[in-house]
Amino acid sequence: MWHFHKWFERHSLILVVGILLVVSIGGLVQITPLFFIESTIEQVKGVRPYTPLELKGREIYIREGCYVCHSQMVRPLRDEVERYGHYSLAAESMYDHPFQWGSKRTGPDLARVGGRYSDEWHRAHLVDPRSMVPESVMPPYAFLEKKELATGDIANHLRVNATLKVPYTQAQIDNAAADLRAQADPDSDAASAFEERYPTVKPRAYDGDPKRLTEMDALIAYLQMLGAGVDFSTYQADAPENRR
Amino acid sequence: MTFAAASHFAETWGLAFAVALFLTAVAYALWPANRTTFDAAARAPLSKDEDDDHA
Amino acid sequence: MTTRQTASDVGYAPLAIGLILILGLALTIWGAARTTDGPFAIQMYTAMAAFLVGLFALVRAYILPNGEAVRTRYEDGVVKAGVIASTFWGIAGLLVGVIIALQLSFPALFYFEDFGWTNFGRLRPLHTSAVIFAFGGNVLIATSFYVVQRTCRARLAGGPWAWFVFWGYQLFILLAGTGYLLGITAGREYAEPPWYTDLWLTLVWVVYLLVFLGTIWKREEKHIYVANWFYLAFIVTIAMLHIINNLALPVSFANYFSYSAFSGVQDALTQWWYGHNAVGFFLTAGFLAIMYYFIPKQADRPVYSYRLSIIHFWALIFLYIWAGPHHLHYTALPMWAQTLGATFSIMLWMPSWGGMINGLMTLSGAWDKLRTDPVLRMLVVSVAFYGMSTFEGPVMSIRAVNSLSHYTDWTIGHVHSGALGWVGFVSFGALYCLTPWLWKRERLYSNALVEWHFWIATLGIVLYITSMWVAGVMQGLMWRAYNELGFLEYSFVESVEAMHPYYIIRALGGLLYLIGALLMAYNLWRTARGDAPAAVAIRPNAAPAAVAAE
Repeated sequence: MWHFHKWFERHSLILVVGILLVVSIGGLVQITPLFFIESTIEQVKGVRPYTPLELKGREIYIREGCYVCHSQMVRPLRDEVERYGHYSLAAESMYDHPFQWGSKRTGPDLARVGGRYSDEWHRAHLVDPRSMVPESVMPPYAFLEKKELATGDIANHLRVNATLKVPYTQAQIDNAAADLRAQADPDSDAASAFEERYPTVKPRAYDGDPKRLTEMDALIAYLQMLGAGVDFSTYQADAPENRR
Repeated sequence: MTFAAASHFAETWGLAFAVALFLTAVAYALWPANRTTFDAAARAPLSKDEDDDHA
Repeated sequence: MTTRQTASDVGYAPLAIGLILILGLALTIWGAARTTDGPFAIQMYTAMAAFLVGLFALVRAYILPNGEAVRTRYEDGVVKAGVIASTFWGIAGLLVGVIIALQLSFPALFYFEDFGWTNFGRLRPLHTSAVIFAFGGNVLIATSFYVVQRTCRARLAGGPWAWFVFWGYQLFILLAGTGYLLGITAGREYAEPPWYTDLWLTLVWVVYLLVFLGTIWKREEKHIYVANWFYLAFIVTIAMLHIINNLALPVSFANYFSYSAFSGVQDALTQWWYGHNAVGFFLTAGFLAIMYYFIPKQADRPVYSYRLSIIHFWALIFLYIWAGPHHLHYTALPMWAQTLGATFSIMLWMPSWGGMINGLMTLSGAWDKLRTDPVLRMLVVSVAFYGMSTFEGPVMSIRAVNSLSHYTDWTIGHVHSGALGWVGFVSFGALYCLTPWLWKRERLYSNALVEWHFWIATLGIVLYITSMWVAGVMQGLMWRAYNELGFLEYSFVESVEAMHPYYIIRALGGLLYLIGALLMAYNLWRTARGDAPAAVAIRPNAAPAAVAAE
């Protein structure tokens, strides 16, 4: 039987299969249970799919590589909870394709940045970070304000997400382009229809100018909803439905 | 699938399987009959090659 | 650069390659015509140009007569090209690294409001991909093609397919790199190339596997040398990781953006299963193959224990794949997965050090060569750095340590002790070996320059990792510091401010490392050109820096 390894070597394809078997075990044991063990993600009230504008903002967040310096995962450690807010729940990133937990905090965690600063603060900070925080090492993003937001393919964005089991309704997909504009233009006629489809979101001019739809609008809309969905004054981690 | 069932399987059959895998690799490496093969194999990078004028 | 081959050797390969190029051309034309997205169109035009150049080269090589060709026993042309590409991408990647280090040190000087594409967020993936995939990948492809031919005593299989792998891989790098600058990214660390670039790499990688395996099938040696096992594990596992981790749905076929097939927790684990094993199989297994060939070769001694190398191999590839979740301690990932990841990371220490001992002890009885042969010293020191970072890694995977180190620059320091010390040095060592071998030169142009490279780069590494250790531990402690009233002592930005001096030291360390690589490029170029060895090289250990250090 001890000749079996020579057989391995002479038959290099068997060596390949051997390698594949050995390296598959770890992945199978670790990853596949996450899709089947039901306690991995508990449903939490307040977590909702992104609006079209937020989705575009998230695309910009990814495009600019924000995740290389900002995490979106508050760990259940005393100092982090005091600094950033309630620790992150698995459910809060359940609609994130891909996840943006990050791995480095050259800048602070952003998992709960939503609602913490005003839109105007974000706008000024993104345009010139050091005007708001002199010690900051963040790059300037003034160009976001000058760039019209490309919206042509937004329905496809929602449709692809829906294929990946993000619960968008058909109405949300069909009206994606209108909703996208309406969220940044509170006085428009479409704004009330938008509010019907996204009842917890209030349209507003994120970059201060309702007439122009810029990349700045989208990015701030995204930042302002981060971690703001779950109401932690009523959320109970120990409740039976939230236990892992 | 429940967590308890999965972890029970891993702690029994899974563990035994991994130990068996490891013992197989060690036994193969240390098996006396394989010594000559390995000694020869270890010299593979060193053998002179007429098409290479270095080394 | 290719040698002309006989018809029977080449077969239908040029035709098949031609079809791939034409198909690629058609798809890119379609993509460019359909899209409304500027950056995507630029990517399509780039690929289109590359396919056209490829077709032109193919016609030139196989249709137009180009004189008598000498057929050598081994296909070394593609390895030579790999040495050149490795050197080029190495310097490019290190240069971008120095630039982004300077951006974090002097944001007011190195950010340009009108050139948003030079921002840190876009350049950082360019740096990581350039050093890992462009430099590291080219080193791995070149050395694997060299080693598999020599240890199998067989010419590279597949004729022009090896060149397809080489140029296909360069196209992958070009598309990925220019894509980052254009803002095209998949948004997952170390897996940033977009879906179409991923597909192209998959094709190139499958051909790579077939060329490598095909050469093994042609071998005249009975036994497959252990270095080839490591190369094979690297190629096969990277294929598996790449395909599964990059499963995604594009918004449309004329849009770069795609949505990962997984989300949240599942996506995080899949990504770090990939990310950590990119370290394990790209940056470790592949480069261990280099260690197992080049150290014995350069020291002219067989590997210390071939038996140990077998246990090393199976233990390493079995254990490594489990270690990913240690990147996700204290996150929303279920606790059992975090514990598994940490446990296996600690167990991984054993095979890692087994391999290190095997590499280092190969020198036993020939330690004096370290004094006289700076190339061998570089190779051996790389193994020492491997030992150091594979000790540090398991320590950092312990939850208590990780709660401090995670999210800080300690991680950056750890990565660079492995990347600069281990991957960089073992690659430089291999390039210093390969250049005189491939260009049939007696020796390197200058051993003294190798000495300078070695000491300047070592100093650079020391500056880099010590500054990042201090910076990382300081960050971690500042974030969790409380004052006597029970409030957080520091605001976040105070920790940013405290990093300033260490970021400057880090940039300096990186700059020294880059200077070392430039010396290497000069030395390799003069060697390949066949310039007479410099006078000082007669006494290889006579370089001033070496004397000072003794």
